[in-house]
Formats: sequence, structure tokens, C-alpha cells
Amino acid sequence: MDNIDLKKNLKKNNYKRKIFSVLTNNSVPILFVILCIIGVYYSGLSVKYVTDEVVTRIGRNLLLVLALIIPVIAGMGLNFAIVIGAMAGQIGIIIVKILDIGGIGGFLLAVLFATPFAILFGYWTGKILNKTKGREMITSMILGFFAMGLWQLVFLNFIGNIIPVKNPEIILSRGFGLKNALDLKFIQYSLDRAISIKIMGINIPVVTLIVVALFAIATKYIVKTKLGQDFRALGQNLHIAKVAGINTDKKRIIAMIISIVMAAWGQIIFLQNIGTLNTYASHEQVGMFAIAAILIGGATVTKATIGEALVGVILFHTLFIVSPQAGNNMFGDAQIGEFFRVFIAYGVIGISLVLHAMQKHSSKK
Amino acid sequence: MRGMWRRLIDKYGYPKVSITILLIILISVASCQKGQSVPSLLVDSLIRIGMNGILVLAMVPSIVSGTGLNFGLSLGILTGLLAGCMSIEFNLRGGTAFFAAVLISIPLSAVVGYLYGWLLNRVKGDEMTVGTYLGFSLVSLMSIFWLILPFKSPEMVWAIKGRGLRTTISLTDRYAKVLDNFLSFKFFGNKIPTGTLLFFCFFCFLMWLFLRTKTGVAMTAAGDNPRFAEASGINVNKQRMIGTVICTILGGIGILVYAQSFGFLQLYQAPLMMPFAAIAAILIGGASAKNAKISHVISGVILFQALLTISLPVFNKMIPEGANLSEIVRIIVSNGVILYALTKVGGDECNG
Amino acid sequence: MESVNVIELKNIEKEYFGNKVLKGINLSVKAGEIHALVGENGAGKSTLMNIIFGMPVIFSTGGIKGEVIFNGNKVEIKSPNEAMKLGIGMVHQEFMLLPGFTITENIKLNRERTKENIFSLVFGDSLKTLDIDLMRKESKAALNTLGMNVDDWLPIAGLPVGYMQFVEIAREIDKENVKLLVLDEPTAVLTESEAEKLLAAMKLLAAKGIAILFITHRLDEVLAVADNITVMRDGEVVSCMKREEASVESIAEKMVGRKIERVVHETKELNADSEVLISIKDLKVDMPGEIVKSVNLDINKGEILGLGGLAGHGKIGIANGIAGLYSAEGEVYINDKKLELNNPKKTIENKIAFLSEDRRGVGLLLDTSIEMNIVMTSMQIQNKFLKPVLGMKYFKVKDSKKIKKHAINMIKDLDIRCTGPTQFTKRLSGGNQQKVCLARVLTLEPDILFVSEPTRGIDIGAKKLVLDMLVKLNRELGMTIIMTSSELAELRSICDRIAIVYEGQIQGIFNPMASDLNFGLAMAGKYNESEEGM
Repeated sequence: MDNIDLKKNLKKNNYKRKIFSVLTNNSVPILFVILCIIGVYYSGLSVKYVTDEVVTRIGRNLLLVLALIIPVIAGMGLNFAIVIGAMAGQIGIIIVKILDIGGIGGFLLAVLFATPFAILFGYWTGKILNKTKGREMITSMILGFFAMGLWQLVFLNFIGNIIPVKNPEIILSRGFGLKNALDLKFIQYSLDRAISIKIMGINIPVVTLIVVALFAIATKYIVKTKLGQDFRALGQNLHIAKVAGINTDKKRIIAMIISIVMAAWGQIIFLQNIGTLNTYASHEQVGMFAIAAILIGGATVTKATIGEALVGVILFHTLFIVSPQAGNNMFGDAQIGEFFRVFIAYGVIGISLVLHAMQKHSSKK
Repeated sequence: MRGMWRRLIDKYGYPKVSITILLIILISVASCQKGQSVPSLLVDSLIRIGMNGILVLAMVPSIVSGTGLNFGLSLGILTGLLAGCMSIEFNLRGGTAFFAAVLISIPLSAVVGYLYGWLLNRVKGDEMTVGTYLGFSLVSLMSIFWLILPFKSPEMVWAIKGRGLRTTISLTDRYAKVLDNFLSFKFFGNKIPTGTLLFFCFFCFLMWLFLRTKTGVAMTAAGDNPRFAEASGINVNKQRMIGTVICTILGGIGILVYAQSFGFLQLYQAPLMMPFAAIAAILIGGASAKNAKISHVISGVILFQALLTISLPVFNKMIPEGANLSEIVRIIVSNGVILYALTKVGGDECNG
Repeated sequence: MESVNVIELKNIEKEYFGNKVLKGINLSVKAGEIHALVGENGAGKSTLMNIIFGMPVIFSTGGIKGEVIFNGNKVEIKSPNEAMKLGIGMVHQEFMLLPGFTITENIKLNRERTKENIFSLVFGDSLKTLDIDLMRKESKAALNTLGMNVDDWLPIAGLPVGYMQFVEIAREIDKENVKLLVLDEPTAVLTESEAEKLLAAMKLLAAKGIAILFITHRLDEVLAVADNITVMRDGEVVSCMKREEASVESIAEKMVGRKIERVVHETKELNADSEVLISIKDLKVDMPGEIVKSVNLDINKGEILGLGGLAGHGKIGIANGIAGLYSAEGEVYINDKKLELNNPKKTIENKIAFLSEDRRGVGLLLDTSIEMNIVMTSMQIQNKFLKPVLGMKYFKVKDSKKIKKHAINMIKDLDIRCTGPTQFTKRLSGGNQQKVCLARVLTLEPDILFVSEPTRGIDIGAKKLVLDMLVKLNRELGMTIIMTSSELAELRSICDRIAIVYEGQIQGIFNPMASDLNFGLAMAGKYNESEEGM
């Protein structure tokens, strides 16, 4: 075999190896691309419809998923407590509803009102997580559940008596407690349709996408600053960062505040698109769906990028849209499709956690 | 006065002391309320205690063997529910139906527990996180299976579709109250569930006995200090496995006891949050993620269930328009207690 | 050249929970001087380094007595940050490098170069952007000073250990105001050529005026670069020599020294035809920090054999490997029968018991009663202390009465100070915890006992009791005892023979009466060389 053939063989082998490594490093998103293709095919839904829905959902959900990135970089794992940020955002929306200010102005006011709450909640969450270093994920999970209990206490019982609000449109007939569903038509699409264009028959919420893109750029930017470098140091080894003189507790709290504030704004964007606030349910699945999405995009407990957030949102929501119909057409039961997508959400998170734990355990040994 | 308070808290821990005080307040308020029958409140509490007892007891082998608070108890609950359905499918009734379900659940739980134990041995240190989401995933997966498993009994299957189990299956003609009614007697007009309570005590006794056997002692050592245990020739992984299997089996039996008292088998999403209630109960009883005794189980389940049972009617009478207060109390108390326990463990400073 | 004392330590004393670790140290280093600090383990070197660098463990345990004078000013160094501000840099033994960061990022950790931008003007310094180019330039300069020619943007993970050591040092010299550099065993992980490069770099740095204080066990290095040498022993300075006055032998001798108080037991006559009970051939043990490379040793029946040597050289690994706690390879024969390694159960079944040096980590169940601690191992492996339930032979539970009785006997025999057999061991003092461990091991009724660091962290009175007990076991019960200890004096007081371990191998086996010089040389790895020289 002469030199030329040898070189050609080597090149082919390198090429094969490259493809193989690309496949294994991105196995999760690739698996889900396949699932989505199957799902879209069997659902019978048109590609245009699916694309339209996905574009809307990117605008609606991406900021919530971006909120997860900084805590992962700072070594605090997947932030199951973004539900608390979502609740802060909802407080902003409720205040604007009470004041009855609509349109883009109402939207901005909601953001303004929500932010101090989000900062406060982020601070408290950070403080609690500093007490449970090494168990951040289970703590943020339980903290999320706990906060949901507090939410019910305040909004189902205190609003109307201890907190004086007397608006019959939003208060239950008995005189206190918010109604189960609040109509948000007065600010619906205020951001989405601020500038709206249609490409190939698909609605593009221009301003929303620009805002989300700005946040993505901001996240990337933070990582390139001193603060971001500190986060990255924390994320690798808390002890070494401390000995180097970094105030680890303070930085962790800052990371948490950034995450919760982004989640608050993300939830406001979400609600302005949906148009209804399910007072006691809108925030429930926020954490889980956002985390499932970023994991599907290829992120892990210790690594998350903006690209993974975007890919994850696209794949997760495609699956979400097509599952009920696909389930119906494949098994004769739409319910199976619905259970399937919940199972996927939980399952993806479960497997990621298992894989992460196994890796951690075997490297410690 | 302050010294006594300090000593109380040191000996029993914040959760136990505060919940006991809360309970005392609630009962005193209840006795002053018109139309409130304290005896029926107490008996209702006994019923709830019997219902939940074994589920809480299931936490002991898991904590003792070193795998911590078992958020994956839902796995055992699912096998128990499956066995409960199979008992109906086989057209059994009464005590036979119940004990058949228990007997069927044991090997099923053992297999599931073995697989779960194998996984836990590979994720040492992260058992809680993994257990929670594994539990959630499998409850969701099982939801799909409840829809497609080939059960035929008309009591269990959706009438219109003819296929797939219903969300709630009534046990009225089957084995509802089978244990409750055994040797029961009336107390101020309310039926005490003697059978269930005896059953619970029996299992507590079995667990106590087990912890005194050579294996039980080995398991405790494995959980207290795995390196010591290995140096003493104890196979730590095997002991953790045994702990997980026993925990899952008790989970299966526990849900059957729960169902017979409640009168319904609840499938689909119902088992999702049940582990949290059991964990909260044992933590209130004074256990921690590393240490649990049977006394913790008993005091914990009594305090927690009594709190939940009594708070609803008392709050209802105090604040008649109060909405969903019992549910809120349950969420806040159980998650609050778990949160407190997590902060107490201190957390280690190495992350990855 | 009139040089200034960069740092002066005057009469430094330090106590840890009543245990005096430093008894009045005097040390000074001038600008541009290379000062070596040598001594056995437990001499107090690491504690001294921790004091200089302001490590939190010093102040959380009661602080120090005495004065630290830096550049002529009295200072109190209460944190690593303060030490760094003064101009003290420290290279620790365990690397403080972040694996996912590049070399430059590690060199510049928490001292990154930044540029202002709009956000930082509003929100503060932490939002300044990183000036990567400047950081890289400065890091390259630091690396060049050390003669390192490597891509500064490589991630640390995957670099050879030697490179990592140099990056650590680069980090310290990059600090602009560094006046004193403290190096804790800098060449421990380096190959010979890397070590040479390091020593050359040290000389270069000293020439620039930086004072260097370094701890080492490698006596050649000391003689190659040090201007002055301080030898510590038992928390005191026993000698301060100039390089011209020193030699390998004189340093080794001072390191080991003879203690004033010594407990002497009558040593046995070494029989010419003592039976070999344990035969160890080419034992390798992978115990992190105490690696055993190849040990060949024959242990006689009924003797007390001591295993000594410096920390990290493997003496602790030998017993741990045989006991099955860490993975071991090689052959061990007990009475000519091969022992299955890596199986603690088998070891115990062969009547070998092991008392670990890690009392709290391996030796005890802290949240369990004294009585259960004592009987645990024999219950599990020898099936003692069990009784059948309801006459059923296969269903056994623990025999509480028997356990209590046995525990009470042990408490009496060993004088364990406690409130009773049901007290949790975590409440006991170190000495009493050690006695509980001893009780557990004795309950096994072994023929062979491996005991590691039996008197570590115990007060004088209890020390004597433990050593007396070991002698008693040997004389009255004929137990063969292998005792590993960092305290040579203690080995010399009760052992029949003492083997010294250096870099994972046996350097030599000595009579306890052998000279200090021989022991010192063996511990420094120079025994064979000097033998050849003689």
C-alpha cells in the first residue's frame, strides 16, 4: 500500500471517529430528534402548524430555560427553585391586573413590580442553599414545593382580608381569595404583537424574540466578566475557590438572584402569551418543564449552554405538541400520548440525575 | 424556664416540639368549639395513623442501611397497588383478598427493590435526588401501563372504553376496612380500627426484632460507618440492597393497608407525593437522614397524622371560609420539615 | 550585602486541645535567602506553615502565642487573604488548581486582569470584562521565569503532575508583591529532572530578592540549594545550621535524636531459630498518600515488630493492605498458607486483627454504643454474642446480656472512662475511643495484631497504658504484634525489631538500640548508600 492510499485510509478513519464522537457526545438531542420525527409523522399535524406553534413557544418559554444556565455554571446544579421566580413574576401580573393597566405599559409595569420580589426571593433561596451545599438540587426541589404551599396560603386566604383587595372580577365570591383563573387579555400579546411579521404564513413575535435574544447575549456576557469567572471557579471546586479568596457564599447568592429574576421575567413573558393566569397551577410545572427542556438539549447537571437551551426548547415542545395526537393515532388513546409526554419530562430529568450521580460516584472512588 | 426550653429542643428537636405544641393548641381549641367532638377527632386520627403507619415504618431500613430518606418509596407503592388490583382480578373477597394482595406484593416488591437497590449502590451520596425523580418517572410510566394492562374485571375497568383501569377503584365489596373492622370497638360512638393498629404494631415488632439479628446489626453498622463495616467484613453494598428491598416490600404492604382503610385504590398520579408524607412523618418523629429508630416512626406518624386530621375541622370552624387550609397545612408542614432536616445535615463542601 | 529579615518568628507556641504542638519556635529568613526546614512527622512543620499563611484552622483552635514580625513590623496573620496582602505566597502539598480552568486562569485565579465597561460603571467591579490578553501575557512571563515552555491556554486537567506543581509556583510568583515564598514539599511529586529544574528556579527567585522557606525530606536537595537549615523535632528547634556546616549525616542525626524520657521494657532475646509466622513477598498497596511499592518482610512468631518511617512513605499502607482495606497485590503467607488479599473477612478469619490509625473514620461507629462497638466484628465474623429466638436455631438475635457483661469486663480491664456500656462512642475522649477500638480487637482473640499509630492524639498517661497493654498481650498471650508508628521513640521502647520504610520499600531492619544516625539515614533513604560508602 503506497503513501497515498495510507493517507486516504487515515483520513477516512479520522472522519469516522469524528462522526462517532459527535454522535456519542450529543446522543440525547439526537435521540429526541428521532422521537420528534416519529411523533410529527404519526400525529398527522401539518409541518406549518407545528412550526408555527414551536416558534411561539420559543418566544414564550426560552427565557425560563435560560434562567437555569447560571446556577449550573456556578456549581449549584439544576435550579428547581425557578418556580419561586415564576411566582414573583405572577405577583407582578396580579398587581397590574388589580391596577387594571393594559398593553405594553402594563407589561413593563408588571416587570417593574415583580423584580424586587424576585430579588428578595432569590436572596432567601440563595441563603438556604448555602446551608445545604452538596444537596442543592433536592433542597431547591423541596423549597419549590414549600413555596407553592405558601402561595396557596397567601393568595387563597390572605388576599381580600389581610391584604385588602376588593375587585369582584378577580376575587372569589366569598369575599377573599383569588379566582382560579384570571383573564389576562388586557395585556395578552402586548410584547408578542408589539411588532409582528409573518414569514411563510407563520407568525413571528419579533419583539419577544429580540428580548429573549438580548438575555441570551447578556448571559454569555456575564460569563466573560469577573463575576462569571468567579461562578466558573465555584462550579469546579468550592474549597479551592474559597482558599483563593473568593467569597463563595456571596457569589452563590448572586447567581441565585440572577436566575430567579430571569425566571420572574420569563414567567411574565409566558403569561402574556398564554393570556390566562391559572392562579394555582400556572407555576407548578415551570421548573420541571424548563429543566427537562434544557436536558433534552444536551445540558447536564454541570454544563449548560445557550445553544442547548434553544435546541432543548425546540425538541421538548415539538414533542409536547404532537404527543396527544400521535398517541391517539398509534394506540387509539390520546391519554397515552399525554402520559407519555409527562413521563418523558420526568424520565429525562431522572436519567440525567442518575448519570450525573454515577459519574460523580465513580470519579470519587 | 429558658433552660428547660433549651433542653427540650436539644432532646427532641424543633419539629417535634413545635408540632406537639401546635397539636395541644388545636385540641384545646377544638374542645371549646361548639359542635366539635373531640373523641371523634381522636378516633379519626387513630384511623389515619393506622393507615399510614407501615408506609412510615418503611423509611427505617432505608435510613438505617445508609441510603437516606427514600424518596423512591413510590416504587414500592406501585407494586402494592398492582398486587391490590390483581387480587380483585382474581375475584377474591374480604380477608383472603387482602392477604392475597399482600402475599403477591412481596415477591414483586422484592424484585423492584433489588433493581432499585442496585441503582442506589451506584449513586452513593445522591440517593435522595435520584430517588425523587426515579419515583416521579416510574409513576408516570406506570400511568401508561395502568391504561394498557390486560385487566378485565368490570369493577376496575373504564365502562365505556372497556379497557384501561379507572383512576380510583372502590374496594367496598372487596377488602375495604378488612383490618379496620377486625376486633374493633366503639369509643364514644366512633369505631376504633383495632385490626389495622394491631397489624402496624406487629410490623413494628418484626422490624425491632430484625434490627437485633446479625443481619440487622450489620445493616446498622453499614449505615453508621461504611468504612468500619467493610473493615469488619460486612458487605456494605449488600446491606444497602437488603435495606432497599425491605423498604420496598413495606411500601407495598403499607399502601395496601392504606387502601383498605381508605376504601379505595388510587392509581395514576396519586402515588407521586406519598413518599414526602412518610418522610415528613419520620422526620417529625425525630429521625434524621442518617439515623432512625422505631420510636421515631411511632411518635412521628402519631403527631403528623393527628395534626392533619384535627387541623381541618378546627380551622373550618374557626375560619369557616378558609379555603383548602388542611391541604396547605400539609404542604407547608411536610416540606418545611424536610427542608429543616436538609439544612441540619450541614451539607458537605465538595461539589463535583 | 546588608540584608533585611523578611520574616521573623519569635517564640511561637501553639496548642491543639491541650496538646502542645509548637513549644517556642524561633526562625528567621532574610530577603534572597533559601531556608530549609526539616524534621520528622509531628515535628510541627505543617503547623508552622499554617501559622505563616493564616490558615483558618489555627485561629479556630485558640490562636498562637509569640510574635510574627514581617519586614520589621509585628503582624497578626488571620487569613490567607491577609498573608497574600503582606506578600506571602504558599504552595501547598495538595494542589489548589481548578482542573477545568486553563493554566493562565489558574495562575490568575481571583486576581484576574479586567477592563471597565458600561455595566461595571453602574453595577460595580465584578462586572468588569476579563482582559484575557493581558492575563496571558503576564502568565507567560511567570512561566518563563520558571523555565517552563508550555501553552498557557491548556486546561490543567490532564497535565502531568510535575507541570501542575510548576503552575502552582507560577501563580505565587505572579503576585506582584511576593516577598516570602513558602513551599511545602515541592519536589515530592516531581521526577529527578523536574526537581532539578525546580531547584534552579528557586535559586533564580532567591537571586531576585524573594525569601524562600521550604519543607523537604530530601536531604540532597537541602544541601544543593539551602543557605540555612533548621531542624525541628517534637515542636522545638533542635538545630539551625549554615549550609557549610551541614552534611546528610548531621541533619539525619539531629532529626531523630534521643528523647529524655523513655519507657524501657526488657527486650527479648532474639532467638536464632525463631519461627517465621508471616512471610510477605513483594507486597504492593494502593493507599492514596501511603503507597507501598514493594515490601518483602518476614515476621517472627511472638515478636513485636515495629514499622517506622516518614509520613507518606508507605508504612501505614502495609497493615492497611494486609487487612484488606485498600487494594493490595503480592503474596502474604501465614504459617506457609497463602492469605487471600483484599478480603477483610478472610483476614479476620485467619485470626489477624487490625487496629486502624483512623480511629473515627474506620475504627468506630460513632453513633452507636460502646458495647456494640466492642462486639460488632466478632459478632459478624465469628458469630459470637448471638442467641437463638424461641429455640429456633436459624433465627438468631443479639444476646444483650452477654454483650453487656463482656463490655463491662472490657471497660474495667482497659479502664475506659465512660458513663456506661450504652454510651455513644462519639462522646468519649480520644484516649478512651482508642481503648474501645482495642477492646473490639481483643474480643476477636487474634493471634496476630496489626496496630497503626496506637497512641496518636492520646495524653501521656493513656499512652503508657496502651503500650503496656500491647506488651502484656505479647508476653502473656504470645500475640505477634506489628506496630506502625510515626513516633520512633515509642517503637524503640517496646519493639524487638524495627523496620524503616522509605518510598514504599523497606530500607532496613534495626535493633531498637541501633544508633540515631542509622535510623535517621534510613528514614531519609540514605542508609544503603552510606553503607556502601562505609
